[in-house]
Amino acid sequence: MRRLAAALALAVAPFLASAQLAIEITGAGAQRIPIAVAPFAGEAALGVGVSAIVRADLERSGLFRVLQLPPLAPVPSEASPVNYAEWRSRLADALVVGSAALRADGRYEVRFKLHDVVKGADLSGVAYTLAREQVRATAHRIADYVYEKLTGTRGVFSTRIAYVVKRAERYELRIADADGAGEETALASLEPIISPAWSPDGRRLAYVSFENKKPVIYVHSLADGRRQVAANFRGSNSAPAWSPDGTRLAVALSRDGGTQLYLINPDGSGLRRLTHSNAVDTEPAFAPDGQTIYFTSDRGGSPQIYRMPVAGGEAQRVTFEGAYNVSPRVSPDGRQLAFVTRTNGRFQLAVMDLATRQMQVLTDSERDESPSFAPNGRMILFATVIGGRGVLAAVSADGRVRQRLSVAAGDVREPAWGPFTN
Amino acid sequence: MRVFVLAAAALAAALAGCRSTPEEQSPAAVEERQPAAVAAPTPAPAAKPQPVKPGEIARVDLTAGKPAAAPSPLKDPANILSRRSIYFDYDRYEVKEEYRPIVEAHAKYLRENPEAKVLIQGNADERGSREYNIGLGQRRSDAVKRMLILLGAREAQIESVSLGEEKPVCTESNEACWAKNRRGDILYQGEY
Repeated sequence: MRRLAAALALAVAPFLASAQLAIEITGAGAQRIPIAVAPFAGEAALGVGVSAIVRADLERSGLFRVLQLPPLAPVPSEASPVNYAEWRSRLADALVVGSAALRADGRYEVRFKLHDVVKGADLSGVAYTLAREQVRATAHRIADYVYEKLTGTRGVFSTRIAYVVKRAERYELRIADADGAGEETALASLEPIISPAWSPDGRRLAYVSFENKKPVIYVHSLADGRRQVAANFRGSNSAPAWSPDGTRLAVALSRDGGTQLYLINPDGSGLRRLTHSNAVDTEPAFAPDGQTIYFTSDRGGSPQIYRMPVAGGEAQRVTFEGAYNVSPRVSPDGRQLAFVTRTNGRFQLAVMDLATRQMQVLTDSERDESPSFAPNGRMILFATVIGGRGVLAAVSADGRVRQRLSVAAGDVREPAWGPFTN
Repeated sequence: MRVFVLAAAALAAALAGCRSTPEEQSPAAVEERQPAAVAAPTPAPAAKPQPVKPGEIARVDLTAGKPAAAPSPLKDPANILSRRSIYFDYDRYEVKEEYRPIVEAHAKYLRENPEAKVLIQGNADERGSREYNIGLGQRRSDAVKRMLILLGAREAQIESVSLGEEKPVCTESNEACWAKNRRGDILYQGEY
């Protein structure tokens, strides 16, 4: 494990200069596919090592074991004939070969091909033409292709994550690639920012800002920085959650006393009250079918997770184990619920199989918060505290694969994994 | 603390308003100039100092530009109205008996000053979900608001909101610190 981390650190090192968010793998899947990713012929011309990004992506997923290769001469390309016996002897089950070249029009061309070494079969590939600044994005798309062909699940290497960094008295809402690279600040404030939530199209973030000395919900358009107040009623406005079709937000408001759930349009129109209790009802999360809302409520005396139809009606209690279960998030396939449970004063990430109601605690940490599923449902991103500092961590839904993401000299919190965008 | 900062800022603004040229805003520059100004005039040797007669005293007013001469009872440390924080027990949301006099005093002030408005910010300790803690802080600010209304303040004078665990006054992870953060703060218009 240690050797793997060291090898990965070496592979990733050239790109960390621009990455504010460093990712460390702390656990990997039991069954990892051994794969060889040859250097891409001519990739030095790109300035960014495409094959190295593909290797780091696959390794980070925890589902692949990327083989260390001796220097290959000549470097193969997607057009080279493949000697499957030779790659079998290197114990590779799969092989990626490719090339990169500068075109006459100043754009670049990157091609690759994936091979099933065990079957001796060509699994096809793709050719991309791209501008120089799209090299990283292209490498992530190649990793997505390989991941999907070999695991049957869509890859999330091209997706982005949002999170809040607190440094001294400053709060920054930042967006980065799923590998922590390409970090950009969408909003900087001297007051807290919490609960960022991606619109399903990945173009907007809803969040809660305290810049008016109280919680107010904004919808922030990422491309132009335009901010619209979605909810600024008398009292507190918080916990925004997008409906899967992006037309509505579920929110928690105190305008009518207490903290209750409402539906509202992202432009602030069309308010409709959802819950009528004397309890704190908050943290709404839509099920992927858009028909059910999961939420946290202490109507039974302790905070527990409930669900109710979006159309209105009775709420059913979902969690029964323990005295504190909060922050529900439904997996993209609707089968699992991620949430935070308190055990002996420790707040830990847990998942529940919604069909069997079987619950599994996934971490042994002290202060897990704010779980968020990757759009393919394989990993859950969450915030935790290590050594007194806020960091982000990710764990696979089966608890085997673990990653940690940290920012130098700052507290990171409130992560939200963005949607598929291509 | 917030009150003090505001008062200090108001005073500083008032003082700055009295001065005429930009360089005089630097205290150092003013100090350097004073000895020269004293030394410059050459007094007539024969002039005999005369006592100042009644009615000849020039008035120097350093309070010009300051708000009302009488200190606001809301900011007078000797007045109970300067106490703005109500502390709550763990997992409890009712105003404890020891804080009742503070709430009563503010209710009386709101009754007697119907134009006055307050924002009550509820807070929670850091443990657990940030959003659920917004709900718990709201319960605390709502409790203070309810009591103010029971004691005669008007609903329209009071907005109760929650800062959850986001604005702790104490940042260590222990009970002494958490107790300081389970709190409702009363802020008057102009203070937030």
